[in-house]
Amino acid sequence: MRIIVPLKQVPDMNQVKFDVEGGRVDRSSAGVEINPFDLHALEAAIQIKENKGGNVTAISMGPRRAESSLRDALARGADNAVLLEDRKFAGADTLATSYTIAGAIQKLGAFDLIICGEKTVDGDTGQVGPEIAEHLNIPHIAYVSWLEVSGETIVARCEMGGRAYTVESAFPVLLTVTKDVNVPRLPGFRNKITARKAAVEIWGTRELSGFADISRCGVRGSPTRVHRVIIPSEENRKGMIFRNTIDEAIAEIADNLLSRLN
Amino acid sequence: MSTKKEVMVFAEQHEGEINPISYELLGKGRELADKLEGGLSSVLLGHKMADVAMELVYHGADRVYLYDDAVFRDLNLLNYKHNMVRLAREIEPEIFILGATHWGRSLGARIAVALGTGLTADCTGLEIDRNGNFVQIRPAFSGNVLAHIRTKTRPQMATVRYKVMKSLPRDINRKGEIIRKNVEIMPSLLTIVRKERLDEVNIADAEVIISGGAGLKKAEDFSLLADLAGLLEATVGSSRPPVDSGWIKKEHQVGFSGNTVKPKIYLACGISGSSQHLAGMRESDVIIAINTDPSAPIFKIADYGIVGDLYEAVPKLIERIKRCRA
Ligand SMILES: Cc1cc2nc3c(=O)[nH]c(=O)nc-3n(C[C@H](O)[C@H](O)[C@H](O)COP(=O)(O)OP(=O)(O)OC[C@H]3O[C@@H](n4cnc5c(N)ncnc54)[C@H](O)[C@@H]3O)c2cc1C
Ligand SMILES: Nc1ncnc2c1ncn2[C@@H]1O[C@H](COP(=O)(O)O)[C@@H](O)[C@H]1O
Repeated sequence: MRIIVPLKQVPDMNQVKFDVEGGRVDRSSAGVEINPFDLHALEAAIQIKENKGGNVTAISMGPRRAESSLRDALARGADNAVLLEDRKFAGADTLATSYTIAGAIQKLGAFDLIICGEKTVDGDTGQVGPEIAEHLNIPHIAYVSWLEVSGETIVARCEMGGRAYTVESAFPVLLTVTKDVNVPRLPGFRNKITARKAAVEIWGTRELSGFADISRCGVRGSPTRVHRVIIPSEENRKGMIFRNTIDEAIAEIADNLLSRLN
Repeated sequence: MSTKKEVMVFAEQHEGEINPISYELLGKGRELADKLEGGLSSVLLGHKMADVAMELVYHGADRVYLYDDAVFRDLNLLNYKHNMVRLAREIEPEIFILGATHWGRSLGARIAVALGTGLTADCTGLEIDRNGNFVQIRPAFSGNVLAHIRTKTRPQMATVRYKVMKSLPRDINRKGEIIRKNVEIMPSLLTIVRKERLDEVNIADAEVIISGGAGLKKAEDFSLLADLAGLLEATVGSSRPPVDSGWIKKEHQVGFSGNTVKPKIYLACGISGSSQHLAGMRESDVIIAINTDPSAPIFKIADYGIVGDLYEAVPKLIERIKRCRA
C-alpha cells in the first residue's frame, strides 16, 4: 500500500498576534507546528501501513523551514518526505497549491491512497484535498471520521447533510480526515534522532518540470487575491456587568429574558 | 449565451429535503444579481423534485435548472460534479455560490478545479463594490482575521456559511422558469454501503442557547444547563473543551470549528470567550455571560455579565424564572 500524506506547517494559533490597527498577522510571533488535522491524517496512514504493509510519503509545500515539520513526520513514522520549495510556489491559493502538490504526486509515481487533513488552521478552507483529487482525476471522500482498509477496498464513514454515510471505494482514492478518526501518536525519542539525519527531498520548479506548469503555480497560477485584511475589534454591546450583586443581576436578566421571549 | 450577468446558486438537498442554506443563498444571490442587473438562477439535482424547484422560484430564483434522476437521491459526488460543470460551461455564470456545508465544500472544490477557477471558502459576506467588483469576505486564521478576496477568473466561486445571509420571504406570486436538463451519468466509483440519519441537534436554528464551557466541573453538570434550557425552550450549547472531553456531542459545539449561531439570546456559562468561540456566536442578538473571572474576554462582548459562580447564578436564574411564571 503506497500512501501519501500532504501536510502543512502552520503557525501555532495560540501564539500568533493579530494587530487590530495595522490589520496585520504577525506570524513571526508564533512557533510553528504541523497543522493539527494533518497529524490525524499521518496517524491514519501509519496505522494502515502497520496493518497492511507499504510505505508513507509525507509531502509539504512551503518555505525551507517547513523541513522541520517533515522531519517531525518522519519521526512519527513516515518513510519518506518531500518539500516543495521554490520562490515560484509562493503566494499560492488553493487552486495553485493543489495543482503543485498534484504534480509532485504524479512525479512520485503510482499510489493507492492520499490522506489529507480536514482543513488547515491558517488557510481554513478544506479545499486543497478535494482539489488534489480533481487534478489527479480520482474520487475522494471528505470529512472521514472512521476508516478501515479491507483487501482491495477502503470503507470510510463521513457525515453530510444530517446523515452518516459509510462509503466504499477501490484504490486509488483521496480522503480528508477529521480529528475523530484517531489519536495521533507522539514522535518516539529514538525516531527523533534518526529523523534529524534522514533526508528530506527538496523539489522546486525544475524538479517538477514535466509534471507541473510553472505558470499554474504560486501567485501566477492563483485566480484569487486577498485585497484587504481586517482584524475585527469587539463591537459595542450594552456591557452591563454585575459584580458582587448576583441577585440584582438575576432579577435584571430574568426580566429581560422573559420579555424578549414573549 | 446572453451577455446578461448570471448569478448561480447551488440548491443543496438530501433525500429530497432542501437544505435551508439554499434559501439564504438565493436571498443573497438576488441582491447580487440585482446590483449587477443580471439574472439569478439555481441548479437543483435530485429525484422528482419539481415542487422544490418551484420553492426556489418563490425564494427568488428567475430560473431553476433541474436535473431529475435517481442517481441524485444520494451523494453521488462524481455525477453531481460532472453535470454541474457542464451547466457552468453552458451558462457561464459570473458568480457561482454554494453552501459552506460539508457537501458544498467537497463538491465546490472539485467543480472549481474542473473549471480552472478560484473558490473562496466559508464566506460570511459577499458584496459588489463601487466599481462593480465582486468582493468575498471570509474569516481566516481561526476566525481572528477577515480577508477581502477578489477572483480574476470566471465564474467567481464561493461557499457561504450557514446563518449569515438572509432568505427572502416566500412569495408564491414570484414568477420563474423551470428548465429541465438532460442528465449525463458517469461511473460513480464510490458505493454507499450504509446510511443513517443522525438525530440532529440543530443548534444553528435555535432561538435561545444556553452554553457551558470549561468552567463546568463535570459532565453531569450539563444537566443544570439543560434544566434552564428546558424552561426557556432553549438548546444547550458548548465551547470546545467539554466536547473534547466527551461530555457533550460535537453537534452542540459553538465556534470556529463548530457551529455558527445567531440566536435571540446566547447565555455563556463558564466560557472565557476565546476568539474561536466568539467566531461562532458574536452575532447573537443578546449575549449574557456568567464567569468568575472579571477579566474574561467574554465580558467584552456581553450585553449582560455576571461576575460570579455559575453554580450559584444558574440555579438562582432558574428559580427566578419559575417564580415569574408562577
Ligand atoms: C483551530 C482551533 C479551532 C477551535 N475551535 C473552537 C470552537 O469551535 N469553539 C470553541 O469554543 N473553542 C474552539 N477552540 C478552542 C479555543 O481556543 C478555546 O480553547 C476554548 O474556546 C476555550 O473554552 P472555554 O472558554 O470553555 O474554556 P476556558 O478558556 O478554560 O475558560 C473557562 C472559563 O470558565 C470560568 N470558570 C471557571 N469556573 C467557573 C465557575 N464555577 N463559574 C463561572 N465561571 C467559571 C473561568 O474563569 C474561565 O474563564 C479552537 C481552537 C483552535 C486552535
Ligand atoms: N501547503 C501545503 N502543503 C501540503 N499539504 C497541504 C498544504 N496546504 C493544504 N494541504 C493539505 O490540504 C488540507 C486542507 O487544507 P486547506 O484547504 O488549506 O484547509 C490540509 O489538511 C493538508 O492535508
